[in-house]
Amino acid sequence: MIEASKNLFQKVWDAHRVCELASGQTQLLIGTHLIHEVTSPQAFAMLRELDLPVRFPKRTFATVDHIIPTDDQSRPLKDDLAEAMMSELEQNCRAHEIQFFGPESGAQGIVHVIGPELGLTQPGMTIACGDSHTSTHGAFGAIAFGIGTSQVRDLLATQCLAISPLKVRRIEVTGSLNPGVFAKDVILAIIRKLGVKGGVGYAYEYAGPVIDAMSMEERLTVCNMSVEGGARCGYVNPDAKTIEYLRGRRYTPDDAEFEGKASAWLALASDPDAAYDDVVEIAGDTIEPSITWGIHPGHNIGVSETIPTPNEAAEDERAGVEEALEYMDFVAGASISGTPIDVAFIGSCTNGRISDLREAAEIAKTGHVKEGIRALVVPGSAAVQRQAESEGLHEIFRNAGFEWREPGCSMCLAMNPDKLRGREVCASSSNRNFKGRQGSPSGRTLLMSPAMVAAAAIAGEVVDIRQRD
Amino acid sequence: MTQETDALIRIEAVEGTGCVLRGDDIDTDRIIPARFMKVVTFDDMGRHAFEDARKSAKGKHPLDDERFSNAEILIVGQNFGCGSSREHAPQALMRFGFKAFIGRSFAEIFAGNCTSLGLPCVTLGEVELAKVMDSVELDPAQRLRIDLQTRRMTSRAGEMTCVIPDGVRHQLLEGDWDATRILLEAGDGIEKTAAALPY
Repeated sequence: MIEASKNLFQKVWDAHRVCELASGQTQLLIGTHLIHEVTSPQAFAMLRELDLPVRFPKRTFATVDHIIPTDDQSRPLKDDLAEAMMSELEQNCRAHEIQFFGPESGAQGIVHVIGPELGLTQPGMTIACGDSHTSTHGAFGAIAFGIGTSQVRDLLATQCLAISPLKVRRIEVTGSLNPGVFAKDVILAIIRKLGVKGGVGYAYEYAGPVIDAMSMEERLTVCNMSVEGGARCGYVNPDAKTIEYLRGRRYTPDDAEFEGKASAWLALASDPDAAYDDVVEIAGDTIEPSITWGIHPGHNIGVSETIPTPNEAAEDERAGVEEALEYMDFVAGASISGTPIDVAFIGSCTNGRISDLREAAEIAKTGHVKEGIRALVVPGSAAVQRQAESEGLHEIFRNAGFEWREPGCSMCLAMNPDKLRGREVCASSSNRNFKGRQGSPSGRTLLMSPAMVAAAAIAGEVVDIRQRD
Repeated sequence: MTQETDALIRIEAVEGTGCVLRGDDIDTDRIIPARFMKVVTFDDMGRHAFEDARKSAKGKHPLDDERFSNAEILIVGQNFGCGSSREHAPQALMRFGFKAFIGRSFAEIFAGNCTSLGLPCVTLGEVELAKVMDSVELDPAQRLRIDLQTRRMTSRAGEMTCVIPDGVRHQLLEGDWDATRILLEAGDGIEKTAAALPY
C-alpha cells in the first residue's frame, strides 16, 4: 500500500503520538524539553507536591537566560530575586539530574540560541519550552512550540502534552530579496500581511526560493517570530543546509552514524504533493527594510513608508491604530525615517546570533554611536560571544561606542537590569514592541533588523540602510 | 458551579458578574509585566494584574472600576493574551478573582494555560460580544452564566451560543483539565513511543 502524502508537520506529529485521549485530543510525546529559570520553578514545586519524579531527565535540558545580568554575571548575582531564581534552577537540575548549561559551562545562552548551536535541535523532533519563542527551533524541521508552566509540569512528569493538532499554512516567499533586506524584514512583512492573529490554529511552513536561499540562522529568525503572527509553531523543511549546520555539533551523532541520520532527516520534508489547509504567497522583491511604528509586531511598514492613519486601517483595527499612535506619540502620515531614538539594542533570540552581529558590525565600522545614545550589543550565547570576539567584532562595536555585553535575553524583555527609562525610544533587534515590553511602563520600541539598529544608533534616528553612503 | 469528586473538579458552568475590558491584541506583557515574574511562586501575581495599564489609567481602568468590583468573568476583545507564553498572566487574572473569560478570540498559548488552570475561555460572534459588552456596562450588577454543557451564555442581552473547542470543553466537563493525571494513564505506552523515536 502506498502511504498518503504528508507534510512535515503530519509526519512528525504521527511519530510522536502516544494515544488519543477521551477528549479527542492527542497525547503527544515531546522528545526534547528545554527549561529556563522563569517558567520552571513553579512546575518543579507542583511536581514535588504530586510526589512525582522527572520521567525523562535525559530529554530535559536547562539554561539561564531571562534574568541573568549582562554586565557582571559573578555569583551571587547582585539582584537577590535573580539570584534566588538561578539557585532554584540549579537545585532543581541537581536534584533531578538534568543537564544544566550555566555560565561556568561555557555553553550558557538564550535557550533558543543554544539549542541549535549544541545540536540539541534536530529535524523531526518535537520540542517544547516554557517560552513562546520556542517556535525558533522549527528552522530545523522540528515541531517546536511554547507552553505554560502547568504544561512544563506535565512534561516533567510524563514527557507528554494533551494537545489538538494544528492546521498547516504554507507560506511561499518567491523571487529574491533586494540588498539591505534581511530575514527580520521577511517575517515582519509576513506578519503585516497575515496579521498578528492570522496564525491562530496554524503551524506555518515557510518555503519558496527566498527561504531556500536563507542560511540556518536566517531561518531561525523567521521561525522565531511565527508566534508574533499568532502561529504557535513555524518550520522550514530540512535540506542540505540543515544537514551541514548539524554536522559535528555536540549533540549530533558522530561521523559513523551521521550520514544515516542525515538521509532520514531529509526524508522528513513535506512530500511534494502534500496537502495544506492554506497556501499564501508573498513576493520577496516587494519586501523593504521594515520597522514597527506601533504596539504590536503587525504594526510595521517599510522604512520608506509613512506612519499609517487610522482611516487607512481595516475597520476592526482602527481603534488599535489610534491607541498605538497615542502611546507612541507619533503623527499619522509622518515619515518613519528620521524618527529620533534614545537607545539601540542588538541581541535576543530573534537576532542575537553571529551572523546578526557580523551584519551589525559592518555598519558599526562606518561610524560612531551618536552622542547621548545608549547602544548595547548582547550576544545570544557564550558561544556567539567567543566567536564574535575571535573575529574582533567586540572591538569594532566598542570602538564605535557600543557596549559589548555578556550573553542573555537582556533588553528584549528587561527582566535583568537592562531597561528603558521613561519614554525612551529604542531601536531594537528583538521581537516585541508591546507597551512596556522593554522595562519602562511608558517605553517605546521600534523593531528592525540588527543592521538597521546599528545604523540608527550612529545616525541617532531611523535611517534607510540602503541610502547610507 | 463545580462538582468535586476526590481530586477531580468538573467545571460545568461559571456564573458571576462581568468586567468589560475593551481593546484587541491585549498581550501578556500588559497583563503581567515581566518584572513581576522575578519570583519562584505565583502567589503574588494577583496584585500585579495589569499593573502598568492600571497605573497609567489613574483609577479609570476597568479592573479598578467599582461597578465591576468582585467580577468573576472578564469580557475581552480579539486575540486576548497574545505574546509571551507566561502562565503568570492567567494566574494573575485568576488570583485577581476571574473564573472565566468571554472574548472574540484568544491567543492559543494563553487559552491553553487557562485550560490547565480550569478557566474556560469562550468566544462569541462579533455582534453578540458587542451586545454583551454594552449590556454589562449598562448593568454591571447582572449575573452572567456560561454553561459548558449546553454551550450557551446568558446575560440581560439574551441567551446566545458560545464557542469552546471540543477537546477543551471535554477536559473541563470531565475534570481532566489538570492534565498530568490523564497523561500518566498511558503508563509504559509513553516509554514505548519514546523508545521508537530515532532520537
